[in-house]
Amino acid sequence: MVVEDEPADRLFHALADATRRDILRRSVDGELSVSRLAELYPMSFAAVQKHVAVLERAGLVSKTRQGREQLVRTRPDAVRRARQALDHLESLWHGRVDRMADLLAEPEGPRTREAPERKGTDR
Amino acid sequence: MTVTGVDKDFENLTLTLTADFAAPVERVWRLWADPRQLERWWGPPTYPATVEEHDLAPGGKVTYYMTGPEGDRHHGWWEIVSVDAPTSLEFLDGFSDSDGAPTDAMPVITGRVRISENDGGSRMVVTSTFRSRENMEQLLQMGMDEGMEGAMGQIDALLAA
Repeated sequence: MVVEDEPADRLFHALADATRRDILRRSVDGELSVSRLAELYPMSFAAVQKHVAVLERAGLVSKTRQGREQLVRTRPDAVRRARQALDHLESLWHGRVDRMADLLAEPEGPRTREAPERKGTDR
Repeated sequence: MTVTGVDKDFENLTLTLTADFAAPVERVWRLWADPRQLERWWGPPTYPATVEEHDLAPGGKVTYYMTGPEGDRHHGWWEIVSVDAPTSLEFLDGFSDSDGAPTDAMPVITGRVRISENDGGSRMVVTSTFRSRENMEQLLQMGMDEGMEGAMGQIDALLAA
């Protein structure tokens, strides 16, 4: 299902690059800023910033502001697990909304009463 | 596309999903308010829902069970927090054991539904929030898709290296 594949694709894409994998490893302690990371690679600040953004979109790192600096932290659990759980809910709701739309396209059957007064007749 | 917007808030563990329907607000409301209609969309086709109790009033309960391919039954419940027909509903959404008693071993999700008029039809915004990270983990343990499993394994291997 396309809906479920997307997050996995984003993850694989994020992990497909050697620099990004290195950023992930170095950011486990969350002590490095984007500018500090940029000094570690033979590329521009903007290029490193872009790599961090890809990791962030995949839910693999988070950025926190500290003074003028943005600290990068690998989030092996918090963000990643949240993403999985919300992706799971999303696919559940896609299915429900599709079934709702199908139901709305049908002529409506005989209505049962809204908020039925069944007290006394309950089993 | 019926689903016109999806937003995920990872800090607050909240999914917000927007759907547009070519039907009036009252009609969309009945998908929720009429138990016979509710049971046709709540569960997946392989686990259709049967609604038993259905009392959309503050403090009221909706109870249902889903029947699996082997005839296995899975009980669930809503507890209504607030309701304002035909535009708004808030409820807790949880699972029960086989006797229908709520169980802590399964996640409880807070659901909020807003239905409004939109361009001759209706817009429904459903917000689902996990109560805690623990609840979220419980959902993950109930079923995870395989593509994600593969990616997770790769990350774990990478970070362990």
